[in-house]
This record gives sequence, structure tokens and C-alpha cells, in this order.
Amino acid sequence: MVIFVMLGSVVTLGLAYYAMQQNLEFFYLPDRVVSGEAPIGKTIRAGGMVVTDSIERSDADLTVRFELGDLEGSTFPVVYAGLLPNLFAEGQGAIVSGTLDEQGLFHADQVLAKHDENYMPPELAELHQPE
Amino acid sequence: MIPELAHFLCVLGFTCALALGGTGFFAAKFNQAAWLLAARQLAVLQFLTILGSFVLLDISFLRDDFTVQYIASNSNEALPWYFKASAMWGDHEGSFLLWVLVMAGWTGAVALRGRSHSIDMHGYVLGVLGLINAGFLLFLLSASNPFLRAFPLNPTVGMDMNAILQDYGHLVHPPFLYLGYVGFSVAFAYAIAALLTGRIDAAWARWSRPWTNTAWAFLTVGIALGSWWAYYELGWGGWWFWDPVENASFMPWLAATALIHSMAVTEKRGAFKSWTALLALLTFTLSLIGAFLVRSGVLTSVHAFAIDPERGVFLATIVAVVASLALLLYAFRASKLRSQIAYRGISREMLLLANNMLLTLALAVIFLYTLYPLFYEWLTGGERTSIGPPYFNRAFVPLMMLLAACLALAPLSRWKRTPLALYKPVLIMLVVSAVLGLFIPLVYAGALNLGVSLCVAIAVWIVASHLAELYRHRRSLALSFVGMNVAHLGFAITVIGIAMTSGFSVSQDLRLSVGDEVQVGERTYLFSAIRNVEGPNYVANQADFVVGDVLLQPERRQYTTRNTVTTEAAIRPGFTNDLLISLGEPVGVDAWAVRIQEKPFIRWVWLGAVLAAIAGVIAVCDVRYRRLRVRELTAAQVAD
Repeated sequence: MVIFVMLGSVVTLGLAYYAMQQNLEFFYLPDRVVSGEAPIGKTIRAGGMVVTDSIERSDADLTVRFELGDLEGSTFPVVYAGLLPNLFAEGQGAIVSGTLDEQGLFHADQVLAKHDENYMPPELAELHQPE
Repeated sequence: MIPELAHFLCVLGFTCALALGGTGFFAAKFNQAAWLLAARQLAVLQFLTILGSFVLLDISFLRDDFTVQYIASNSNEALPWYFKASAMWGDHEGSFLLWVLVMAGWTGAVALRGRSHSIDMHGYVLGVLGLINAGFLLFLLSASNPFLRAFPLNPTVGMDMNAILQDYGHLVHPPFLYLGYVGFSVAFAYAIAALLTGRIDAAWARWSRPWTNTAWAFLTVGIALGSWWAYYELGWGGWWFWDPVENASFMPWLAATALIHSMAVTEKRGAFKSWTALLALLTFTLSLIGAFLVRSGVLTSVHAFAIDPERGVFLATIVAVVASLALLLYAFRASKLRSQIAYRGISREMLLLANNMLLTLALAVIFLYTLYPLFYEWLTGGERTSIGPPYFNRAFVPLMMLLAACLALAPLSRWKRTPLALYKPVLIMLVVSAVLGLFIPLVYAGALNLGVSLCVAIAVWIVASHLAELYRHRRSLALSFVGMNVAHLGFAITVIGIAMTSGFSVSQDLRLSVGDEVQVGERTYLFSAIRNVEGPNYVANQADFVVGDVLLQPERRQYTTRNTVTTEAAIRPGFTNDLLISLGEPVGVDAWAVRIQEKPFIRWVWLGAVLAAIAGVIAVCDVRYRRLRVRELTAAQVAD
């Protein structure tokens, strides 16, 4: 009985671990997206500052294009169809989740912005302190 | 003057906590009744001083005393008074004062209630609680002090409260959550006391069970409130995100759920002894880990307080010290707690063992998924990763479905061994439930979704088997039996809610202008007007949507002081279906981004949780916990 319990637990956790390994979503800053380090066609997350004057909206639906960049000038384009978070704005940090296509365009399923004006997601903190 | 007095009382509370730790252990070690009395008085005094400190700081909030740094950063003179009062726990320092107050409250309650305990048991329990709270208070006073003045004393109107927190949910969600989280310290202290005295018996289980049940009930309500609050206040209709901080509150809940079941076996059958002790240690350790995750800034989350890493180190030290001491003690002493009983087949012990296994596995998976990204980042030197909610669901839901299936067999099961003939009616119910499970979602939504059908079928099966058993015992219902049944019914209701709302929710993001009419699901929505409105400390766009004869008015608010924007969704609640409209940003001349949603059975998710929490309290009221005192006293006299 004890052996059965142990075996069941180990198998379940093993499966959970394996599934997790397959499905880790990695995070990339703009320089690594531009340099081609980020994989194409796999769900990933990326983040940066929304480039000023880069937001373009469609007149027909909610499709929006914008660029995310860092302080060194690396930028990549993002396309998204849906509601943007409340604090999404030019010059502010944002994180997108989705896939990168072969042209280097990021198709976002989800856009996250910071949730209050003092808060900076840890992922983006290093954008502010280039060392 | 008032904040200084509050500060002073808090320091006094710290000395009480330290003294409580010393006297409690001394009383227990040398069996000193007089010292135990002193410890009990110290516990009450600790509560009173910290309560005084808390109330005085809150009075300073109400009086807009912006010379206090913490108040200046988290309140504003334009806030209504009730938000000023709750702004107190809107950020790290004040919420930790609430945490410490709750801890002192539980300690005081234990001091007042435990008269039937032996001196050593009661002394150790109070001593452990005192030492833990001394650690917390030291952290509060040295690294998170909310009483400090802002120098130079600039008169300001206050930075304002975080806009998302300006809501009734914030009045109740954190207090309930803390009452649960921190309440597990009592079970923890009892487990330590049991390891020190070498006694875990039926009496021990009867002493510690009501505390554990009560804390569990609070945490259940706290989590449900948080989910409900996220649903309407975050504005986008989500009610569970597998956000690391949600997980931080959910992991102790899973451990505590396992614990209250394991305690049942320890009380009734004298089995699972060392496992029960381990779970009690684990539950509170997980509460502490949760506090560390939320307050150290290591996680990205809606909830996480963004604060400096030094505090994280301090908190990590508290967690490490408490957990490692507890586990060391367990390693050395657990072998003394032997349980020898026999059980076979589908006995109640076996079902409860399955319950504990499945809950612990679910806990382990969530722990792994929540902490692995942190571990990975540390391992690779800064590579950031995350795990999406679908993977949590894929691992968690099957385990819960297995648990639910075991649950249907629970009320009929007997200790030691259940005669198989007893299960015949349950199997008939299974067939009927399977048919109902297939048809209810089909009729409701007009679409077949096998996952939803499976969940609903199992939930209906649970309801049927429990109602049947309640009916069979209708002439002699013990409150603990009623509590168990109602809690399980609550679980089934939550399962139905989650399955239906996950399977059949409708959500569309649209670009709409005034006068547009759209169809979402089976209803037509008319965007009839938009206007500007003004609140006490915000300005807002308010839209009018007409759905049948219902008018829904979602708002998009701009809070002026901090310049933050919040989405106030308009919700038409319904027992079997919610309509929810959120107003997004303007996307052109007169055009707005709008999300329209239908959320079937969403209310059932929280209804079930509240029912389960009430059930936890019902079980605590069982007469056997009240008779305890008399019986224990006579037992003690016989022993003399």
C-alpha cells in the first residue's frame, strides 16, 4: 500500500515536472528579440517600453500595433487585438505574451502593464538601470 | 502625539510577546500553574496593547495626520471615511500591523479558552505563539515601521490610496485572509507542543481541531472574497488567475483542508498521528512562505508589494528559522508518535488517506509551478520564465476530479471497513448523476462539452449521496456530521460553478461607437450614451448599455491624485448567469473599446465556498468540543 502511494505520487509529480519543462514561457527583452535569440512560433513573453508615437489603431476593429523598445534603441513591433490594460501608455513599460513570427512581428494574446504608477515589473527593472 | 502612543503600545506588545514566550515555556517545562496564569494574562495584555496601537494608528488615518509618512503615502483627505480607515492596511507596513494584531488575537483567544488543557500543553502552545509573534513584531518595528513621522514635516493632502483598493472588498478581504493565514499558527503551536510533550491523542485532536476548522473557515471566505473582488473590481471578469500570490494563499488552504481531514482520523481512530503533526507544521509554514512571497518583492503580481529586498531577507530569515526548528523537532520526536490500527478496503480511513494524498499532490504541483520560475532564475542567473494558467489547470483539475469522486463515497463509509453492500445505492446514484451531468449542461448551453459534463456529473453525484445520508440520519444529527455534509455540498456547488463558467462563458472585445447595437451570445446590447461624471476623488467616463430592459453603466475612472485609471465593470448578477460589461480606452473619435461577457453560474463558485466556511463553523459548534472541559477535568481528577 505504502509503495503504491509513493509510486503514484512520484509518477504524478514526474508528469507535472515534465509538462512544466515543456511549457515554460521564457521572457525576452527587446535586444534579445531583435538579435534573434527569441524562438519563433513558440509561446514566449517579452517586454519593454512602449515607443512614443508608435501606437497605431485600426479604424474598423480593436487591432492595435505598437513597438516595444529599450534605452539602447532596440525595438520590435507588436500586433494585438483586444482590450489594452488601463495603464498602457507610450513611454511606459509593458509585457506581452504570445508568439513571434518569421518577420519579427510579435502576435500578442495578452498585454500586461504595471498596475499602479509606482510599480515596475521586476522583468523591466533593468531597462531603467543600464549597467 | 497619537502616532507616538501607538508606537509605544506596539513596543509594549513586543515585550509582552517575548515575556509570553519565556513564561509559557517555563510553565510547561517545570509544570508551574502560577507561571501559566501569568502567561495567559500576558497573552491577553499583548492583544490589548496591539489592539490599542492599531486603533490609534487608524484614528490618525481618520484625522488625516499626514505628518506620518505611511499615512501620507497611502491616504488622502478627499477619501470617504471608511476608505480612510481601510487605507490603513492598503500597503505593506499597515497590513503587517493588521497581521500582528490578528496573531495577538488568536493568541489571546487560546489563552482564554484552554482551561481544560494540561499545564505543559497549554504552556508550550502559548509560548510558541508568543515567540512567533515576537519575531513578527521585531520585523514590524525594525524594518516596516508604520508609525514614523515624515521629516521635514511638509503639510500635504496625502498621496492617496491605491485606486484598486478603494472598494468595499478591501474592507473585508485582507482581514478574513489574515484571520485564516495567521490562525494556522495555533495548529502549528499545538503540533509543536505535541512533539515536545510526546502526546498526540484524542484529547489533543479535540483541542486543536476547532481552532484549525475556524481558521480554515476564515481563509475559505477570504479566498472567495478575493476572487469575487477581482471579478468585479479588476474589471475584466476574471476570477482566478493562478497568480503567484493567489497561489500563496491557496497552498495553505490545501494543506489545511488536508489537515482538518487528517485530524478527524487522529481524533476518532488514533491514527495518522505524525502525519497530522507534520501537516500542521506545513500549513503554517506555507502561510509564512506566502507572506514572504507577497512582501519580499520576488514575485511579479497584482498583489505583490514592491518593496526593498532587505525586508525580504528579514522575512526569509523568520520563515527559515521557524520552519527549520519545527522540522528538526519533528525529525527527532515524530517517532514517539506511533499509531497502530488496521483498516481494509474502502474504509473511511482509506478515503481520508486518498483525500490527503490528492490534496498534498495538488499542493506539491502548485508549489512546483509557482516557485520553479524563481528557482530557474536563480539557477541561470537572471533568465526569467513563467508558467501559463492552462498548465496549472491541466495538472490541478484531474487531481480535484479524483478527489471529488472519492468524496461521493465519503458519507456512507465506515471506520475500519465498509460493507460493500452499503455502496449499492451510491452506484445507482452514479448512473442517474451521469445522465443528469450529461443533460444539464446540454440543455443549458445547447452544446456538448464532455469536460463540463464530467464535472457536473460528479458534483451531482456528491450532492445525491450526501443528501441521502443526511436524510437517513435525520433523527439524530450531530453538528459535526451536518458540518461535514454541508462543507461537501459546498464543494460540489463550487465544482458546478467552475465547470459551467469555464465551459460556457462568452467574451467579446469590441470597438463600439454610441448608437451601435451588437449581439453577443443570445442577447443584443445597445450602446446608447456616454458621459463624464465626477466622484469625490476621481473623474470618469460612464457609458449606458441597454440589454433588454436592463441598463448597465460601466465606468472608466481616472483617479486624480495618483493619476491612475480603473475599470468599473457594470454587472447584472444572476443566479445562473451574470452579464458583465467593461469600458476600455477610447480608440478613435467617439469609438470605445468594450468587453461584453456572459458568465454562467459564476456565483456558484463563491456560494459553495461560503457554504463550506459556514459548515466549518457548524462543525466547531459540535457539542463534543464544549463537553470537553468537564470530561477532561474529571479525567484529571481520576488521574490524581
